[in-house]
Amino acid sequence: MSTAHVSMDDKRIERIIATLLRAGVMLSAAVVLIGGLMYLHQEHADLPQYHVFHSADAPFRNLRSILHSVWLGNSEAIIQTGILVLIATPVARVLFSVIAFALEGDRMYVVFSLTVLLILFFSLFHGAAL
Amino acid sequence: MNTLEFTALIALGSFVAGFLGALTGLGGGVVLVPLLALVFHVDIRYAIGASLVSVIATSSGAAAAFVREGFSNIRIGMFLEIATTIGALAGAVIATRVSTAAIGTVFGFMLLYSAYLSLRRKGGDGAATAPDPLATKLKLNGSYPGPNGPKPYNVRNVPAGFALMFGAGTLSGLLGIGSGAVKVLAMDQVMKIPFKVSTTTSNFMIGVTAAASAGVYLHRGYVEPALAMPVVLGVLVGSMAGARVLVRANTNVLRIVFGAVIVVMGAEMIYKGLTGKL
Repeated sequence: MSTAHVSMDDKRIERIIATLLRAGVMLSAAVVLIGGLMYLHQEHADLPQYHVFHSADAPFRNLRSILHSVWLGNSEAIIQTGILVLIATPVARVLFSVIAFALEGDRMYVVFSLTVLLILFFSLFHGAAL
Repeated sequence: MNTLEFTALIALGSFVAGFLGALTGLGGGVVLVPLLALVFHVDIRYAIGASLVSVIATSSGAAAAFVREGFSNIRIGMFLEIATTIGALAGAVIATRVSTAAIGTVFGFMLLYSAYLSLRRKGGDGAATAPDPLATKLKLNGSYPGPNGPKPYNVRNVPAGFALMFGAGTLSGLLGIGSGAVKVLAMDQVMKIPFKVSTTTSNFMIGVTAAASAGVYLHRGYVEPALAMPVVLGVLVGSMAGARVLVRANTNVLRIVFGAVIVVMGAEMIYKGLTGKL
């Protein structure tokens, strides 16, 4: 395994990661913007009371109920979907790293990136239990 | 004031926070939370929820550019993310168990520390150090683009850097910020990684670190969509504009002014935290 060979593969990984991150952020911003415009277009009787914490409404706190509310045309759920895309962007980057290091034959870094991926999945799917 | 005006004001404030954060290299989150909490009287839990997701947007956007240029060291980032993500989970769990006054006070001290760091910013180029056996084993040593071709560097003090990264992750999860200041400190000062590699690799890691606590925040209802919307979009556009202006701006004066603003905000956060007004 020559150094030049490894560095060329690393360069390709870097390029793909850059594209992945940019696409994720742009997609997320577009979805948040669409949901936001819909939200602002609707009638709002009162100003939201953010100085009192009452926790975001239950439909906006996990994947299944967010998507269900999107189906019902809820603008805030569309914003939250955009935010989920945003959170998923670095997760997708780590998932891609696992595959890329595996293709490179770098077992140590497959283990490192898998560890990070598991921590992220744990937070996203079991965060309610913490 | 109606919802549209309120949203527009939040978006404008977030734009300024993202703009200044990119110009000074401190990141948007550090001013965003005090701005929302002190100026807009938003509960600090909503503020850190909105800030944290905006941090993912700016760091991922900037990381895309840095990674392509070849400054970020993906292996260093990936390895240290083990520490920052575990730390971020711990921080998010602590955040849901301590009072908002305590979070505000810690935040205030973090602001003072960030101001201090921004005023005495200096960094090595990582040259002239012998290879460290552990860093070599972990394949952390690398090279970055210099004026005369790739410049190689060696990484040192891996265990201490790893431990400090756990702390950076905890602060990120607790305060809803990227805690780039602590990440850079760990890499640049402790691990002797060249400054440019440290800052860009820190940026690369911030998104993953923040995503680890975002899961907990989301389940806890800290992410209020109607508030997060203007914050995320404002900070994102602001930081992109800041990065464009950065090339020709005189950042020294700006850094001093911004540092002073942060000191005032930090003092107020500590005061309000200690007197239980947050």
